[in-house]
Parts: sequence; structure tokens; C-alpha cells
Amino acid sequence: MWNWEFAAEALPILLRGFVNTLIATVVGTVIAAILGLILAVAIRGLPRWINWLVRLLVAFIRNTPLVVQLLFVYYAFADIPGLVNVPALVIGFIVIGIHYSTYMSESYRAGIDSVPPGQFEAATALSLPPVRTFTAIVLPQALRATIPSLGNYAVAMFKDTPFLFAISVVELVTAAKEFGGSTFAYTEAFTLAGIIFLVASYPTSLLIQRLDRRLATY
Amino acid sequence: MPPTENTPDTPSSSATPSGPNTSASATPAIEFKDVEKSFGPTTVLKNLNFTVAPGERVTLIGPSGSGKTTILRLVMTLEELTGGYIFVDGEPLTFEERDGKRVELPKKRTREMTTRIGMVFQQFNLFPNMTVLENIIEAPVHVLGTSKDEAVKEAKALLAKVGLSDKADAHPTRLSGGQQQRVAIARALAMSPEILLLDEVTSALDPELVGDVLGVLRDIAETTDITMLLVTHEMQFARDVSHRVMMFDGGQVLEEGPPDQIFNNPSHERTKSFLSSVL
Repeated sequence: MWNWEFAAEALPILLRGFVNTLIATVVGTVIAAILGLILAVAIRGLPRWINWLVRLLVAFIRNTPLVVQLLFVYYAFADIPGLVNVPALVIGFIVIGIHYSTYMSESYRAGIDSVPPGQFEAATALSLPPVRTFTAIVLPQALRATIPSLGNYAVAMFKDTPFLFAISVVELVTAAKEFGGSTFAYTEAFTLAGIIFLVASYPTSLLIQRLDRRLATY
Repeated sequence: MPPTENTPDTPSSSATPSGPNTSASATPAIEFKDVEKSFGPTTVLKNLNFTVAPGERVTLIGPSGSGKTTILRLVMTLEELTGGYIFVDGEPLTFEERDGKRVELPKKRTREMTTRIGMVFQQFNLFPNMTVLENIIEAPVHVLGTSKDEAVKEAKALLAKVGLSDKADAHPTRLSGGQQQRVAIARALAMSPEILLLDEVTSALDPELVGDVLGVLRDIAETTDITMLLVTHEMQFARDVSHRVMMFDGGQVLEEGPPDQIFNNPSHERTKSFLSSVL
């Protein structure tokens, strides 16, 4: 049975958990976006053997579950003196960020590939150095194709934050579970948690769609 | 190709220009020495030797696949030279001979050399993420180190020259093909190149837009001494502005000479049949 009193009691607790969810998502997205770009450029431009190593690492991260990666880093850090006191939330957004960077790098790569060869040729004809060509011509054009998919990954990352429960970060879902555990008002807690997720991610998705349409034309 | 009679570009008063400096002592603006170019197993150019004098305007004609565009792309370093050497002002462009060996020059050195060369493409290749003005000042500012104010001033003068003063802040995608191509010409000229390469610059344009672009190029030909190497199907234009026409076939120079001779009195059967197919 739905109990409004429990619901009202749960809401502030859930929102406190939601703050951690947001921190993990935002910081994780920033890490993933930056590292993803570095990976995409590295895979393109590095010597073959490093390239191979980076690809192997990317394949490894993509093909193992996020939870396993979280747990592995959490317990591995606990064994390293000096890293014992790193907050679980920090480990959380770093691991999530690295995990998603492997996906975002693929989006960047596709974006870079979508820049027509004529653009590179015009840059050569103007004798522009490679770094300038990349930052002023290739990247701005690649980003138009990349940003919408980066946004989608950010939303996916947002929905993956409950995995942080595994390393005892109290984010939204864990907060709901704990509240349910102490009051047995599981229905209220998880319903509200779901609604909070929806309220946050649906507008974001709409925003990404609009951005996608706006970026489609110059 | 549309027959040249249909283009709005009627032959102006014989534009046949003052002669280039072809005296034997002058260093050629461009020299091809034993140039070879293959794409995988396909050899496009073999043992190609020719020079272009400073200020000379040379049109390359010939059937498609004869290697004309490849020659321009080699000069612009858009294709890797598989054999031989190209010299610009007597200096090696991409490869040089050192102790009897063919050695590739550092990329940075090649880039210094290419600042003397400009190219206009069939597909314009303007940067869509920049305004017209930004397109033009990009290389002067970031390659030549011109101050932004100075570059903007020069860019505006160039835009006036190509008749697009009112489009400085427009994005290229908002312009017609003919306007885009004129911006591309202004962009190439902004580097004050000694050599201008024109690769079928009117081929992608609607027929009614061809005249404006050719008009701008005529103006450049008449008012500057830029060395030009052009590939075009606009035979009337080629006849008017070039000092020399080179007929290519199968990666070889079949014959060459002043436009009057090549167009009116070709000596090769291949040239005759080629000309009758395009004129």
C-alpha cells in the first residue's frame, strides 16, 4: 500500500543520495569526454605497438562489467598504502569515467572520420600545421557529429550510477534501499527513486535531441 | 562537359598576356624531374619531366585518367611522390637527392615550401565551421604569423576583388557554389602564393555561375604575375589565359605549345580527337 507519509519522509533522504549520483555522473562525464578524445587521437596517431596496447586496453574495459571494474579498483586501492583513504565516490567517478571513455572514444573516432577528406586537403594546401588543423578544423566539425552521442552516453552513465552501491557509495538507489530496509516502505522509496531518475534524464534526452537537430546544420 | 560556346564567359579582348620569364637562365617556378606516381599497382605518371617558368600560366588538358589532376596534387603535396623529384624555385619540395640517395624532406620543411603554393579545388573545400572571413585569415594568421588586424584588412580587400564584400560574416554553406569558389580563390590568394594550382575549379558549378569565377581568374591572370598551373575543361578560358597548353595522355606529355597551336593545329591524332570531344 502506498503511504504518503513514508514518501514525504523518504524524499529528502533520496535527494541527498541523488547528490552523489549527480556528482558521479557529471565528473564521470567530464573524465570520459576528455579521456575519450585522448584515446581517439592516440589510436589514430600513435606508433603501431602503443596503438595495439591501447586497443587491447579499450577492448578489455569494454568487455568486462562495470561492477567488476568498480570492485577491483576499490579493493586494489585498499591494498595500496596511501590510497586507502581515497573516498569511494572518487573511485566511483574515476572508474565510471574511464569505462565510458572507451565508448566515447569510438564516437569521437566516428566524428573525426566523418570530416570530408577535402577539409584535410584544404588544410594542407594552406600549409596549416597538424595541431592547428586538428583543433581549428577537424575537431570543431567532428564534435558536431559527436556531441549528441556523447550526451547519450552521459545519460547511460547516469543510469549506471546505481552500480556504485557495490563500493558502498550511497547514491540514489542505495539511499532508497536503505530507507526501505529501515521502514519497509520499499514501494515508496523505489517509486520515488524511479521518478527522480526520470525527471532528471528525460529532459536531458530531449535537450540532446534538440542539440542534435541544431548541430545538423551550420 | 557543356560546350564552351554556352558559357557566359565570352573571350575578352585577347588576354594573351605578356610573356613569362622563360629565358634559359631563370630558375623554373616548378620543375618535375623523373617524376613517377603510382597508386598501388597502377602507374599514373612515369618518367615525367617538365618545367614551368615563373609567371607562366600552363593549362593541362587530356582525357580523364591521364594524370593531370595528379600532377597538381603532387605539387600541393596531397599525394606522395613515388619516384623522382619536384622542385619549386629550384628547391626540393618533398624529396631530395643526398649522397646519391632519394631522401624525404622533413614535413616541416615541406610545409614551409608549400606556403609558396596555393590551390583551388573543384569542390571548394571551404571550412564550414568558419565564416568567410575566418576562412581567409586562418592561414595568414596561423601559418605566416600575420597580425589579425592586418589579415582582416587584406581579406576584406580580397573579398572586394572577388566581388563578395558583403559576405564576410556569412558561413560558406549559405553561399552559392560560385560564391564559395570565389571565397576559395580569395583564401588561396591571402597567402600571396607564387604558384596557384587550379583543379577543375568550375566543374562543380552550375553553368550560369561559371562566368563569375572565370572572370575573377582572368583578373588575377591579367593583374598579377602568379605562376598558374591549371586543369580545366573550359577550353576558351584556357586559350585566353594560358601561355602554354600541355596535352597529356597516359601520364605522358603528348604534345605542348602555345594555345593557338594546340587548339588550331594539333599535331597528334589523339589531341585532335580529344579536342573535338570537348570543344
